Amino acid sequence: MAYDAHFRVWRGDVEGGGLVDFTVPVNEGEVVLDVLHRIQATQAGDLAVRWNCKAGKCGSCSAEINGRPRLLCMTRMNLFAESDVVTLTPLRAFPVIRDLVTNVSFNYEKAKQLPAFAPKPREADGTYRMAQVDVERGQEFRKCIECFLCQNVCHVIRDHEANKEVFAGPRFFIRYAELDMHPLDTNDRKRMAQEQAGLGMCNITKCCTEVCPEGIHITDNAIIPMKERVVDTKYDPLVWLGNKIFRRNGIERPSAEG
Amino acid sequence: MADMERHSYDVVVIGAGGAGLRAAIEAHAQGARTAIVCKSLLGKAHTVMAEGGIAAAMGNVWSEDNWRVHFRDTMRGGKMLNNWRMAQLHAQEAPDRVWELEEWGALFDRTKDGLISQRDFGGHRYARLAHVGDRTGLEMIRTLQQHAVSLGIDVFMECTITRLLKGGNQISGAFGYWRESGRFICFTAPAVILATGGIGKSYKVTSNSWEYTGDGHALALHAGAALLNMEFVQFHPTGMVWPLSVKGLLVTESVRGDGGVLRNSEGKRFMFDYIPAFFAKETADNEAEADRWYDDKAGNRRPPELLPRDEVARAINSEVKAGRGSPHGGVFLDIASRRSAEYIRKRLPSMYHQFKELADVDITAEPMEIGPTCHYVMGGVEVDPDTEMSGVQGLYAAGEVAGGMHGANRLGGNSLSDLLVFGRRAGLAAAQYATKLGTDRPSVADHDVVTASRAALAPFEEEGGENPYTVQMELQETMNSLVGIIRTADEMTQALAKITELKERIRHLTVEGHRQYNPGWHLALDISNMLRVSECVARAALERQESRGGHTRDDFPTAEPEWGKVNVVLREVDDEITVSRQPLLVIPADLAELLAEQPEEKKS
Repeated sequence: MAYDAHFRVWRGDVEGGGLVDFTVPVNEGEVVLDVLHRIQATQAGDLAVRWNCKAGKCGSCSAEINGRPRLLCMTRMNLFAESDVVTLTPLRAFPVIRDLVTNVSFNYEKAKQLPAFAPKPREADGTYRMAQVDVERGQEFRKCIECFLCQNVCHVIRDHEANKEVFAGPRFFIRYAELDMHPLDTNDRKRMAQEQAGLGMCNITKCCTEVCPEGIHITDNAIIPMKERVVDTKYDPLVWLGNKIFRRNGIERPSAEG
Repeated sequence: MADMERHSYDVVVIGAGGAGLRAAIEAHAQGARTAIVCKSLLGKAHTVMAEGGIAAAMGNVWSEDNWRVHFRDTMRGGKMLNNWRMAQLHAQEAPDRVWELEEWGALFDRTKDGLISQRDFGGHRYARLAHVGDRTGLEMIRTLQQHAVSLGIDVFMECTITRLLKGGNQISGAFGYWRESGRFICFTAPAVILATGGIGKSYKVTSNSWEYTGDGHALALHAGAALLNMEFVQFHPTGMVWPLSVKGLLVTESVRGDGGVLRNSEGKRFMFDYIPAFFAKETADNEAEADRWYDDKAGNRRPPELLPRDEVARAINSEVKAGRGSPHGGVFLDIASRRSAEYIRKRLPSMYHQFKELADVDITAEPMEIGPTCHYVMGGVEVDPDTEMSGVQGLYAAGEVAGGMHGANRLGGNSLSDLLVFGRRAGLAAAQYATKLGTDRPSVADHDVVTASRAALAPFEEEGGENPYTVQMELQETMNSLVGIIRTADEMTQALAKITELKERIRHLTVEGHRQYNPGWHLALDISNMLRVSECVARAALERQESRGGHTRDDFPTAEPEWGKVNVVLREVDDEITVSRQPLLVIPADLAELLAEQPEEKKS
């Protein structure tokens, strides 16, 4: 089933650029990244693209394929008809460096701002004991491969440059949620997510969930429950009263780092 | 060179996988000013692809387990060629390194009692691997990455080191370039830790990512350090074979650890035909016993599918050669007929996803087609077992780039623990070394920096030269077909001739475009490292006239006692590789006792 495919790849840098046409052979079972590598090896040695594992595990090769954010290594060529034009463009939410490579440092800066994991002390026998069912809630979010596709499609980030200052984005909301559900963490992640990461600015359009290559239920399992819990603890007068009378797990100790 | 970006640190760590991150965390903890320099973005290093788990004798599942049993398994798996001191430190310290990850936020799967769960793997007497489904490497790298970030350690991402700098026989720094801009960068540092991983990209069929170009091996050689055991290359028995696009992609050993078996085209569980005498006393010789072992380890012996990787890879190779392979040139790995769909999806989510997405195969309903894939190099920089310092003062190596720990063959699960144990030790020793030097540090010589920058720019100067991608492909073909699983003197001599030809050809490489994020240029610089380590593998493999672990000679098919006493050592002298033999360290009597075929169980 080998055939010649028509690729259009955005080439350029911060100064500007445009789509360049390539005709390139495709073999059975290949993914878009294979075809890009063939272009590199035979037609454009300096075509810039990030990649590492080529197995959907590292999240390096994020780009937009026919306008849809995807991993280049997990997009099979049989998704397209032989006559289709396959158009590849860089992630739109981040500044381009060159060709398909963008500057994703926004995400690494946000990671630095996230208060560190702060575990409670070990049990008397020196162990930490946690039930499987309790670690599984957090494990869903720790599947994240940091491809930043969710960040790329998030309207709050994509459409308003100024928001980047105060808004961490879905990748970090699942990190807050994971820590909030972590059986050992002692910080008040709900308040942090609201006050430091801009959780309130998310208007739950679920675009992030739709593009997640790991199938993480970002909106339903992380963002919405976090928002609900923030509301619970911040505004609910009964909770407020309860906090005055009993000490509620997770908020009895304001964070030192926060 | 006055306008070059320069930085000064106590410790510079090259590589940000498990070993590099753990080393940096420790150096930082010791108060050293520490930098991490890595070729990719943070969190993308090859560790992320590790699947099965971290081997550590915590005894959570089998209380009979302890470091002595782990030490024994490691030494026997390595065919006794391991540096015994490294194997001992590794077995003793691995549990603490795993518990530490938990303190930094890792969420391992749990036992019923709420402790860290441990799974079965090849060559391990007891279920010993701490794991998170089949994505343990991701959990490990994310935990270390998040911890390093929270400590505020400086990270230079997408930055490639091309040269180590020295003053006398001491490290003085490192030189490299930013991938993004192509601009040069120079680090002044008395201690440099190599944590650059392996060499798999020199092979066509490999589970390794593009970063695995043997940078650390080549940098160390060039700086004057020795490499040992480079002939021992691990071919993981189970890589995908179809479609071609993913040929070589890893299929975790956990599939077998969790009950999967290997079958040939006749449906036969062929591993029973390949049990070597060395492991006969601890391996089941019939299906009924093998199947009972998963639940009753005391009364039964291990299934032969869980023999060490070298044994299983050779067996698969023989079955395919005998004409009993699968349609695409592998054999069948079957868990579908042995475990429930729910169990498989729970224990092996990444494998389920990987086969479904990339090969249209549902592993809960049908067998996988698999075959051997170049996975790991046991050989590497010769280091002091306690400090990980090489023969060059101030140069350290930890993780896959270091040699000795795994002998002739590495057991599954022993890599992630290796990264943690020796990453930490290297970070500790490097920081102490830098402190001890105080202000008496070797300086970076300007002319070395000039030489390094000229070498880096050479591929832009020539027009009409070779395409680096073509040279890379030819090298990969050569290593795959001539220095692969089964080797002969003839073929390796041919490979060396080809490598000599390619070395000549890369003197005239041409890259198009400019210095900004230019993969063609990056490859042009990586390729000399790939050729250097390929030559080392072939030279060492030609030297060792026996078969042992990850080195199988068709012309010398058995393990020879005399060869069991020496390492093959490689050095670079006046730009040429020299080969020599070096006696192994003698194992102390109390440890040697543990290596008997049926050891007495001792409680630690």
